[in-house]
Amino acid sequence: MRATVLVRPKPGILDPQGQAVLGSLKQLGFDVDDARVGRVIDLELRNGDREQARAELERMCEQLLTNPLIESYEIELAEGE
Amino acid sequence: MTTTEPKPRIAVVTFPGSNDDRDAALALAQLGAEPVPVWHADRELPEVRAVVLPGGFSYGDYLRAGALARFAPVMDPVRALAADGGLVLGICNGFQVLCEAGLLPGVLRPNQSLSFVCRDVPLTVERTDTPFTARCTKRQRLSIPVKHGEGCFFAGPELLSDLEDSGQIVLRYEGESPNGSVAGIAGLVNAEGNVMGLMPHPEHAVDALTGSTDGALLLGSFVDAARLVGAAEPAAV
Repeated sequence: MRATVLVRPKPGILDPQGQAVLGSLKQLGFDVDDARVGRVIDLELRNGDREQARAELERMCEQLLTNPLIESYEIELAEGE
Repeated sequence: MTTTEPKPRIAVVTFPGSNDDRDAALALAQLGAEPVPVWHADRELPEVRAVVLPGGFSYGDYLRAGALARFAPVMDPVRALAADGGLVLGICNGFQVLCEAGLLPGVLRPNQSLSFVCRDVPLTVERTDTPFTARCTKRQRLSIPVKHGEGCFFAGPELLSDLEDSGQIVLRYEGESPNGSVAGIAGLVNAEGNVMGLMPHPEHAVDALTGSTDGALLLGSFVDAARLVGAAEPAAV
């Protein structure tokens, strides 16, 4: 089963990468108010059970994929597999 | 340096991507310790009561600095040593590993400037009653180099006020912080005081040939403490 984990800097956490991207977008003439840079992790899971897979992904996020002090995550499971 | 005192054995861990392990070992040897190299895949430590996690880029800093090294086999005995009152010193990448491993509070983030900083920085010693700063005087100003891209210490408001109240902040950058750390934090200890992490590199400041020797005050304190913590223990288990 394919899964995607979206990792974002938590609200209120200063994101220097996002600020740098925002500055460059503005310089290019784009009308942008804010930019935040996160991370996408695509995974191919052996587990076919959606509930179990979700629980496992949450454990992955808590243990390794994110630092809960500064990052939030969102899990997306591929449809209909 | 006297040669009659026993040399405390201090483990220096090498992760894939560590690059200050040899400098740390050299500095410790110059200060009267016997450094013992340890590989990240080792499941136990040699007979030591103190360990250094050195600077570098363990596991390429992939994912987040220190996030993968935290799960290295050697971290189990390091954790056990810390829980048992042994001394653990994390320098730069070692500090990042200790935070990711939960042995120290907070986290180190990319520098606010997004630039790698590499220069001598002025520091203020906040506490002298730790195994890592006993040779310093209170409010002493030290000059020690930093060299990092991810040294911005972050703790939320609640954690930060806990750290201030409990006096866990040991070193602060004097003046403007080179990386955007909250409260100018350059180094801190755990609540028990036997685990310390710092971004500046004391091992690069022990020989007048390369500038400041202020790092010897910190590492010298650590060697003194390692000698005591070792002597207090029974010979072998």
